[in-house]
Amino acid sequence: MKIRERLSGNEAAATAMRQINPDVVAAFPITPSTEIPQYFSSFVSNGKVDTEFVAVESEHSAMSACIGAEAAGARAMTATSANGMSLMWEMLYIASSLRLPIVMSLVNRAVSGPLNIHNDHSDAMGARDSGWIQIFSENNQEVYDNLLMAHRIAENKKVLLPVMICQDGFITSHAIENIEIEDDETVKKFVGEYHPEHYLLNDKEPIAIGPLDLQAYLFEHKRQQAQAMVEAKQVILDVAKDFEKLTGRKYGFIEEYKMEDAEIAVICMNSTAGTAKHTVNNLREKGIKAGVIKVRVFRPFPAETIANAIKNLKAVAILDKADGLNAVGGPLFTDVTSGMLINGVHVPAISYIYGIGGRDTTEEDITEVFTNLEEIVKTGKVDRPYRYLGVRGEK
Amino acid sequence: MKDLIEIRWHGRGGQGAKTASLLLADAAFNTGKYIQGFPEYGPERMGAPITAYNRISNSPIYIHSNIYYPDYVAVVDDSLLESVDVTAGLKEDGAIIINTTKDSKYIKSHLNNYKGDIYTIDARKISTECLGKYFPNTPMLAAVVKVTGVMTDEEFINDMIGSFKHKFAKKPEVIDGNMKALQIALQSIKKL
Repeated sequence: MKIRERLSGNEAAATAMRQINPDVVAAFPITPSTEIPQYFSSFVSNGKVDTEFVAVESEHSAMSACIGAEAAGARAMTATSANGMSLMWEMLYIASSLRLPIVMSLVNRAVSGPLNIHNDHSDAMGARDSGWIQIFSENNQEVYDNLLMAHRIAENKKVLLPVMICQDGFITSHAIENIEIEDDETVKKFVGEYHPEHYLLNDKEPIAIGPLDLQAYLFEHKRQQAQAMVEAKQVILDVAKDFEKLTGRKYGFIEEYKMEDAEIAVICMNSTAGTAKHTVNNLREKGIKAGVIKVRVFRPFPAETIANAIKNLKAVAILDKADGLNAVGGPLFTDVTSGMLINGVHVPAISYIYGIGGRDTTEEDITEVFTNLEEIVKTGKVDRPYRYLGVRGEK
Repeated sequence: MKDLIEIRWHGRGGQGAKTASLLLADAAFNTGKYIQGFPEYGPERMGAPITAYNRISNSPIYIHSNIYYPDYVAVVDDSLLESVDVTAGLKEDGAIIINTTKDSKYIKSHLNNYKGDIYTIDARKISTECLGKYFPNTPMLAAVVKVTGVMTDEEFINDMIGSFKHKFAKKPEVIDGNMKALQIALQSIKKL
């Protein structure tokens, strides 16, 4: 049964966690974490879930407790944001390398310096090579849906990798919007029970997890981990297919919006995709053949799918809410353009860094990108591919 | 109602402008609309100027940015007229709703020659009479519903009974006062 509701992105994440009813949630209960552990802890107090909630003294401990719980054979979740995830750094790699299918709700906010608590993607982008599956969400509905799919992906025996479900801090995390949620029983059946194959509390199979792994073996283990990320691609699609059968809501690696006949397009993630769709609707009324490619799955990176989606364009702009600080362009830009090269696609491409530290991104900003793309199509020249959108001074 | 209505709230931290925007989103949701209700977070402290927003539509809302060209503006504290450009981007076929007892000359001289409709309400009087305390957001919420016409008075009143019962589950003694404040506010809006 579907329930018409209105929830903030944080409430949507907490609701999904309540319905999943994991064995353990370990989270830091105050800033830099979000309202998600706060909402979830009230579900625990009110007996809506039978989760063991561990209010830890730091985010490093939050991830450590999740690692301990998963290794013991429990299903564990956590939620954090920005500098909170920075403090988990060491443990993020240990979670993924020990192949523990933990699920994290990440509310994307700027990693401080100087202090800023607003939205950008510098937290998630810093962890892009940590071996976590990363899925981005345009709105509260996608936050909810992606969380319901996360355990099925993470716990698949071909995958066994942790998953982080991202959404934009404040922009969707604190905005109330319409959402369609499923009833508790339906979610319980879809997510299923967790039966790990190997775990510490199994007295029939005494094992050690995470011991010394030197020159003789670490390389092979990393090779297997890399293979798991490759295998995750098909699993993500299979789970999405099952989810569509259940809810009617369809998900892939990317979402293509008005791309059938598009000549120019922007590629972006999270809430900006909504603003870009709104902008494209208005540009289409003026006869401009504009489109949007929203990247939902960032790790594993769907290079071939993206290259295929842009191969018929005359120009494309890749929008990054985190700077690469690498003298080349944003992380999404460098991934997309290398994906184009290895798939034999050559389309003029520019990188825009935008929305840093919560700078609002408007319809005018996205229109400016499309105007610049039209200029590139007209002149056939990309003189400066590393650009900025909505910044004062030199763009 | 137009297909999409955009509303910007100006208030001071602690007056409940954010709560009013969320209650409006709730009420419009309950009449079947697509809604957004969100505050613009800055340095949060009592008394600091704050902004909150609503989008209310008959079809799904994609855009996720602040509102720069609102159809309506609600000013919860008239001292903001001196320091904030409250009519910035406000559409001339829209309206501004101000909680004030100041005279028409003062108000007009602080609105940058705004050509659209100007409404005032004395939310302080209504709130103090009905609640014994100054919570301007309840009367302002009613004024915004009335002026924007996002729902009928009856739909609004019926919905708010439910919302208040939920919101004030732990202090039911304030529900009647809040309902009375809404009803009086619906009748007390003045057009300049």
